Amino acid sequence: MEFLLDGFVQAIILLVHLDPETYSAIRATLWSSSAAMAVSLVLGLPAGFWLGYHNFYGKHALRTVVDTLLSLPTVLVGLIVYAFISRQGPLGEMGLLFTLPGIAVGQAILAWPVVVALTATAVESMDRQLSITLRSLGADRRQLLLSTLWEARFGILAAGVTAYGRVMTEVGISMMVGGNIKWATRTMTTAIALETNKGMFATGVALGLVLLAIAFAVNVSLSFLRRQVR
Amino acid sequence: MTPLFRKPVIFAFCACLILFSSGIAGAQQTLMMATTTSTDDTGLLDYLMPLFTKDSGIDLKWTATGTGKALKLGENCDVDVLLVHAPPAEKKFVEDGFGINRRQVMYNDFVLIGPAGDPAAIKGKTVKEALAAIRAKQSVFTSRGDKSGTHQQELALWKAAGGPMPEKEPWYVQTGQGMLATINVAAERNGYTMTDRGTFIKYEADHKGNPPLKILVEGDQVLLNQYSVITVNPARCPKVKADLAETFSKWMAGERGQQLIAGFKLLDKQLFTPNANE
Repeated sequence: MEFLLDGFVQAIILLVHLDPETYSAIRATLWSSSAAMAVSLVLGLPAGFWLGYHNFYGKHALRTVVDTLLSLPTVLVGLIVYAFISRQGPLGEMGLLFTLPGIAVGQAILAWPVVVALTATAVESMDRQLSITLRSLGADRRQLLLSTLWEARFGILAAGVTAYGRVMTEVGISMMVGGNIKWATRTMTTAIALETNKGMFATGVALGLVLLAIAFAVNVSLSFLRRQVR
Repeated sequence: MTPLFRKPVIFAFCACLILFSSGIAGAQQTLMMATTTSTDDTGLLDYLMPLFTKDSGIDLKWTATGTGKALKLGENCDVDVLLVHAPPAEKKFVEDGFGINRRQVMYNDFVLIGPAGDPAAIKGKTVKEALAAIRAKQSVFTSRGDKSGTHQQELALWKAAGGPMPEKEPWYVQTGQGMLATINVAAERNGYTMTDRGTFIKYEADHKGNPPLKILVEGDQVLLNQYSVITVNPARCPKVKADLAETFSKWMAGERGQQLIAGFKLLDKQLFTPNANE
């Protein structure tokens, strides 16, 4: 039990003393998860809009598929990405294995269905009148997309926060694709897994709390953003 | 869009840019190694690597996994060099053409550990007798169960002890995790396990020299744990940096590496014995 308290104390020490190993892991985590979020938002928002906005044959089936992908096991994503970016794999030439961009690719795959599904829900729940009004005002397709997404911005922000939480805390992809390499691809989550495997439970707890603190910082900046765009 | 929306977006973009640019590493020659958890967990690599980089100018990165996955990474050409400890699997790896120039560099030994109370009374017995006693008593025995070098060694010992291989027996617990995690499971269950001595000394140090599990069987010839360096075969994997791997392999087996290995201590105990010259 006492390792919980030890961990709490250690977490504060790690942050205050600017422990270089911890900051390296924080940087790796922020780098890969931010890159993954950027990619999944760019690819996920239009797809989510399209899925939520249009009615077409097979829409329900497609939604079910996307909803199922919300449960993608991270280790499976890790293994699939590994198969492609291994030197023996079709994308081996790109040298992505054991790099942060490699982790980001996997995490983007993990985040994408979250962004799509929640964006689609946000768009679906909007007033149908909006698109009629927009079109009667002569909006073209791009304006229609942007205005609708803008009106659904809070739902989309929630999608982003949820997806960010998922990628920042996953360990399967980071471990398999990143390899937990010290000073390079050791993220907060793989560091936690490593310390726990080493039996250093207090350090594991400390790193977990640090990760939670980062998530808090990210959410504070997002709620700041939310107030800005109200 | 409102101008207000743009500002944070620009801010976020700049922040991403800074993060991205700092993600690009220096243009040093980098050697990628797959190794086992024991070399990493004990701190041996953290101690050796800066010295190797100083001597050779090569930046060595490693991923620490079980020997099973390490060999697989070598087979898939994803690493340049291996530092592993499962001689039969290694020999097969080289025979199958996946690796070249296997050099033995050092050994430590395995020990059987268990609760001080020693319910199966294995203390001081040979490995064969000890395992038979654990089986007869149905005392809890935790196994790595992860195809690591340690796991393979353990299976070989069970085989040598005779009788059916333990697999589904309720007293035989396969953790599927690293060595220290497996020791911790054994401690929680008041059971026995087999570990390399290096990891055990680390475990002892973590418990301020007074751990719940003690060494009960040691010194048996069958408990030797040989580590080797293998270069991934460049004929199969053209991208492999075989020359850098050779530099590392020779450094480890050479005088400098061997001396450093002998000098690595934890709690004043030497963890690994260099034996490249044998």
